[in-house]
Amino acid sequence: MTTTQVSTSDLIYSWLERHVDRAGLNWLEEKRSQIARGAAVKVFFTAFSATPRYTGKNSLQLTLSDLQAAAIARKGWFPMNWSVDRAARILLVLALPQDDESQYLQTLEQVFTAADIGELVALYQALPLLSYPKQLKARAAEGVRSNMTDVFNAVALQNPYPAEYFDNLAWNQMILKALFVGSPLHLIQGLDRRANPELAKMLVDYASERQAANRSVSPELWELVKKSKVKS
Amino acid sequence: MNNSEFRLPSAEGEAQRYSEFYIDPHIHMTARTTYDYIIMRESGIVATIEPAFWLGQPRTHVGTFQDYFNSLVGWERFRASQFGIQHYCTIGINPKEANNEALAEAVMELLPLYVCKEGVVAIGEIGYDDQTPAEDKYFRRQLELAKELDMLVLIHTPHRNKKAGTSRSMDACVEHGLDPARVIIDHNNEETVREVLDRGFWAAFTIYPQTKMGNARMVEIVKQHGCDRIIVDSSADWGMSDPLAVPKTAQLMRERGIPETYVRAVCYENALAAYSQSGQIQETDWLASDAIDQRQMFNGNSVLRGQEPTVRSSRECILIE
Ligand SMILES: [Zn+2]
Repeated sequence: MTTTQVSTSDLIYSWLERHVDRAGLNWLEEKRSQIARGAAVKVFFTAFSATPRYTGKNSLQLTLSDLQAAAIARKGWFPMNWSVDRAARILLVLALPQDDESQYLQTLEQVFTAADIGELVALYQALPLLSYPKQLKARAAEGVRSNMTDVFNAVALQNPYPAEYFDNLAWNQMILKALFVGSPLHLIQGLDRRANPELAKMLVDYASERQAANRSVSPELWELVKKSKVKS
Repeated sequence: MNNSEFRLPSAEGEAQRYSEFYIDPHIHMTARTTYDYIIMRESGIVATIEPAFWLGQPRTHVGTFQDYFNSLVGWERFRASQFGIQHYCTIGINPKEANNEALAEAVMELLPLYVCKEGVVAIGEIGYDDQTPAEDKYFRRQLELAKELDMLVLIHTPHRNKKAGTSRSMDACVEHGLDPARVIIDHNNEETVREVLDRGFWAAFTIYPQTKMGNARMVEIVKQHGCDRIIVDSSADWGMSDPLAVPKTAQLMRERGIPETYVRAVCYENALAAYSQSGQIQETDWLASDAIDQRQMFNGNSVLRGQEPTVRSSRECILIE
């Protein structure tokens, strides 16, 4: 865990160096080290919120080799659509001391509970990089229930966490909601691996409901039904 | 500016060059309906600032404060965006609820989680209501927080004993080392405006039927004091209030011969100039954005679908008494 943490943080920092000016980087470094040394949570909370003021909000513009490095540092990690501010926020989260599990989880819960849309997207995108990932299942499922499409997509799309940690109930609900809100299924990781007969039945039911109402059905649905049936 | 009546420049040559945009820099949209958002946008309002305040009855748990703050930075911002309106807010504990000290203490603990978020343009609305010692304590602690985090402050001035309460609010700001140019004093009237402007603060006026300012009085204030550092807002909330108070006041000003540059200043530019000092609001937010962001949908459905707003009927009478 520790070695992974170091390399994911180092990678993110190296990407930020291309976009953030010296003053912004100095600010980020100062906050990271204060947080890592166990500064009062207020330091973490205010820095986490204020990050875009120091970093801007451009796209990270990762190259193919950046993405390859990411996948090596953490299997399935694919930060394709990350922005600079979100990456910097995640760096601050990764700086939190992690020895005391309940303290760590409590701080995470506080920041999740108070998060605005941009912060929620950063936090949910960070799921595969966080410590004690099993303890975050309920939180991740909460993100799937969000009415804000960006927040839902941060959990569901290009994120290895759901396939690794969701049970079938949570997984199937996520797939169904992705169809419902029009998010592309092919960006969901582990789609084939997690296909299951209950899902096939839910998808067929959903499709007939749509057809009865004269609404279109995504071709991605039928592909997934096929896969889910083959597995049963 | 001295005490002699301010001389208005000629309105000729200004005619018909109407401002297209308004900002309502003080409105409690949480208490308003989606229909209000539609008619506000139709009337030219492009941005709103929603100050944290009380909800008509006192809260009894810190958790309801947290959910309220969450809706100000989350759902309400999202809801406004569906109608082409940019939503900003201020965060703070209001003077009424500061009188429950145990609760106020818990809310103070929450503030660092919210005040630095994007779109939070100030700490507010804070100040005095009954001018109790508890109100004074939490007012000053929040002024300290604003100082520490280099934030703007929005001051709510009391309904009772207003003149003394307004002076005292400004004294507190100065004592805590805040720059008057970074403090907006709201709910002013004919009695308070001179001192607020003379001391270098922003003077906001709430056009609110019956209890605060009428807009005919507002016209007279602009005639007398000019447009420098004067801001018009609605403070519309769950009470008898009017979410179109800013555009209606602009219209009345034009009808009564106030030059367009003045109208634009008090109904748009001054609010922008005051609050943009926070770095959290700028004109490009609405000029550069797609007017209505329909990529973001609520449960896969745009809330706008199938609604054809009828705006004219609500604008029939522009006079707010
Ligand atoms: Zn108010």
